Amino acid sequence: MPLRTGSHSPAGFGKSLPERGLLLLMVLVFLEGSVLPLGAASSPDISHQANLDDHKAAHEGHNSTKKPFPVLALEYDRVQIPFEISLWVLLASLMKLGFHLIPRLSSIVPESCLLIVVGLLVGGLIKLAGEEVPPVLDSRLFFLCLLPPIILDAGYFLPIRPFMENLGTILMFAVVGTLWNAFFIGGVLYGVTQIQPANPSSLNQIELLPCLLFGSIISAVDPVAVLAVFEEIHINELLHILVFGESLLNDAVTVVLYHLFEEYAGVGTVTLLDGILGVISFLVVALGGVLVGAIYGILAAFTSRFTSHTRVIEPLFVFVYSYMAYLSAEIFHLSGIMALIACGAVMRPYVEANISHKSHTTIKYFLKMWSSVSETLIFIFLGVATVDGPHAWNWTFVTVTVILCLVARVIGVVGLTFVINKFRIVKLTTKDQFIIAYGGLRGAIAFSLGFLLNEDHFPMRKMFLTAIITVIFFTVFVQGMTIKPLVELLAVKKKQEAKRSINEEIHTQFLDHLLTGIEDICGHYGHHHWKDKLNRFNKKYVKKCLIAGERSKEPQLIAFYHKMEMKQAIELVESGGGSKLPSAVPSTVSMQNIQPKKPPPAKAAERALPQLPKGREEEIRKILRSNLQRTRQRLRSYNRHTLVADPYEDGFSELLIKKQKMVELEKKIKEMSNYLTVPAAPPDSPTMRRARLASDPQAYSVKPVSDSVPTIQVDLASPQSPDSVNLLDEFKHAGQQQPQVEDQGLMMKPPSGQSGPNKPHEADQARDQQKLTRCLSDPGPSADEDEDEPFLP
Amino acid sequence: MGAKQTRAEKYQDLMDKTGFSPEQIKNLHTRFQQLSDNEETISREDLEKIPALANNPIRKQIIEAFFDKRNQHQNEVGAFQEIGFEQFLMVMSHFRPPTLKTTEEEKEAMRKEKLRFLFNMHDTDNDGTITLEEYRKVVEELLKKSGAIGLEAAKAIADAAMLEVASTNVPHMAPEDFYEGITFEHFEQILKGLEMESRMHIRFLDVDTTTMRCGKSKS
Repeated sequence: MPLRTGSHSPAGFGKSLPERGLLLLMVLVFLEGSVLPLGAASSPDISHQANLDDHKAAHEGHNSTKKPFPVLALEYDRVQIPFEISLWVLLASLMKLGFHLIPRLSSIVPESCLLIVVGLLVGGLIKLAGEEVPPVLDSRLFFLCLLPPIILDAGYFLPIRPFMENLGTILMFAVVGTLWNAFFIGGVLYGVTQIQPANPSSLNQIELLPCLLFGSIISAVDPVAVLAVFEEIHINELLHILVFGESLLNDAVTVVLYHLFEEYAGVGTVTLLDGILGVISFLVVALGGVLVGAIYGILAAFTSRFTSHTRVIEPLFVFVYSYMAYLSAEIFHLSGIMALIACGAVMRPYVEANISHKSHTTIKYFLKMWSSVSETLIFIFLGVATVDGPHAWNWTFVTVTVILCLVARVIGVVGLTFVINKFRIVKLTTKDQFIIAYGGLRGAIAFSLGFLLNEDHFPMRKMFLTAIITVIFFTVFVQGMTIKPLVELLAVKKKQEAKRSINEEIHTQFLDHLLTGIEDICGHYGHHHWKDKLNRFNKKYVKKCLIAGERSKEPQLIAFYHKMEMKQAIELVESGGGSKLPSAVPSTVSMQNIQPKKPPPAKAAERALPQLPKGREEEIRKILRSNLQRTRQRLRSYNRHTLVADPYEDGFSELLIKKQKMVELEKKIKEMSNYLTVPAAPPDSPTMRRARLASDPQAYSVKPVSDSVPTIQVDLASPQSPDSVNLLDEFKHAGQQQPQVEDQGLMMKPPSGQSGPNKPHEADQARDQQKLTRCLSDPGPSADEDEDEPFLP
Repeated sequence: MGAKQTRAEKYQDLMDKTGFSPEQIKNLHTRFQQLSDNEETISREDLEKIPALANNPIRKQIIEAFFDKRNQHQNEVGAFQEIGFEQFLMVMSHFRPPTLKTTEEEKEAMRKEKLRFLFNMHDTDNDGTITLEEYRKVVEELLKKSGAIGLEAAKAIADAAMLEVASTNVPHMAPEDFYEGITFEHFEQILKGLEMESRMHIRFLDVDTTTMRCGKSKS
């Protein structure tokens, strides 16, 4: 996204200066990055030797000549590795920045392509300088450091519902599709290599098993590449989850096939017994991986139950448990990717119910940051490794591989869809099939697996690597670049940028129950029935174990509603207060319009109150309506790099000004009738805690918020807060409550720990609370209000 | 007319009306016999006896939907006391999924039909709109397992939902105007995003499943 369009305006030069500065910086880092490691890499031995000499000289120096004390010394070796790593990461990040400065480029060429090109350039530079390219795509580095963040990010934010609904299809593609690809490619390649042309080449010496091994390496769809490309094209959820799910689940197949063929390639034959063992191994690998992940996920969920007093390290648990799951799976050669996915998906609903909002944001930020950097690095390294890698180009082999990959994919997808459509209710159309086939991108995993091959066992390793790289390049560049225009051309359904409205949520739940009921009436146990059973089991036993406190009983609809309210409140604050609310649907509808006309004492009360001038009323109504109708929310979209805006990004001073305006308005708001009623939660409800965005270490402490960070205390559920406007009560104790309420105009008070003892006897009174005001007030620290007196006595 | 009709003709008639295949109709007929104790009609009690339904929060509404005359598409209102197999099948036909051959218009019609079914479930007093009270009741039923919190929250949620419908469909209302209730058009509008034709369906079995059913439906 272009940051500026400065080049078009007369002040363009001035505006583009920072841009140029940034570009210059990038170039410098670039050069430094390539030159400095060279200097160090080229002479590690020499410098080591030099060190020894220095030491010796220093020793001798004590005895013989005294050298002057070095004011400035150069010792690169000590920091070499971290330095280089940081340099690479910096380079990657600057590249990412840079691409978006060039406006047209990022819309035509997907980022992955650009990054590979950058890698090629860097690799080329290093080679030109005559130095040895560092083995950056070392398999250990790749599998242990670069891959896990991406997979964890994908797994933690995996949309469970579409994934589960399409699980059968995904598994078919992942398992059967990959098997088909592997055997087809391997087999046909072997056939090709056996063709005896007039001049026999080294090709003919390739056995069947290495071919099959090669086939299994090259056949797996790569999650990194799929993520990178698909997230820019925004296709509909179904296709996205199908291709992406396939890329994740085929890891188990790849692992088994790889190990199987690698083991026996030396021996030369694979018997039927080995085949059967292979199948069993596959089940063990896949299910074992999932089991390991699930266990760690449950552990993480359980741990998060107790983190209420140490909020700061909550994100750490999520990361460490997940990484441990991955590593544990790798110990036993189980599928690490599936373990990671299972861990993230299992722990998520429970962890999110337990951790604070800030921790949630932290986890999101960190995951996306790491996965973004990892992805960038992977592509750059791919480019570098291409330049570096020993290549053995063989026209026949490579071209046949590329063609076979495409053909196998198409045949596989079409054939499988034919079978799958018999079992699916929502069938896959031809367009869908095309996208699925076209979206089968290969990536760095294939390369790393090839890299792992032992040169002794596989003399044709170089050729394999060349072929793999060619396929990767082909899929990423050609398919990656053309998929977007093709999607437009074929008018494939795009992802709906839909807000999740409360009505939709209600009806989703309603539908679930309805369909379960109809299935029960029909008498057969369809998947709604089992889903319902699982939900009930979850609610009854699992949630009680893994979720702390009251939240375990909170039904999903209410949780959703609270989340929505909070989001609305945050958005309201961000948008700058009452006066200029950019509502999507400007509407004058407020609660008054929909409440059934009844003659309650409230009406009488309204007349008893001083009437507001029309202008004021209008302002107030605008606030109410805009607050209630804020249903435009950012769906958890597949663009992994966007996040919900941080409410604290607003300037503090602006908030103070807003606060002043709000204070005035709220005083008037209280006098209006017909507010939205908000539930009165039982005392000390965690719903209240959840809604609080207070500083973490003090989530439940008695101390009210007194730090300098403006906090929003959207206390939706607390029945008794200083400024709750209980309309009925107001007329019960006519004058009594009013002045108190007036005093503490600002809504956003932290109803802190004292809420505990107070709540029980106050909870009964708090039936019809006018909490709307709460949602409206801005997050100023209650500077001029009574900070330490949170409650009405 | 009725007595001499062969089974095949009867099935043909039903097939045309509801769109099921003969195997599906046969299966559903078997089920119907099971539910009705081999009688001609089933009553509300017969459906209430299904044990699996006991846990369903909207059980009453679902059962009521079977006896709702509006779901028979014959422009009648009111409720039956007992229904026969044809009416049973008619209600079930609302849950058929679209096929590959369904055209866009047919999908639209399907969606409308399904949404109409849902609408009828909410609009209990047959007046053509879902009032705030009725909507509140819907949400309450969904949340009734959650005790007191549920009831309080239900009111708030229903209010917010109603407001959302009103503001999406009738953006400019004067302060004194009153939004009567959700009409069918508004209902369609707010649930546009859910793509009912792909979501509101169950799998009707084509094969004979008497052996596959685990457990009896009654007792």
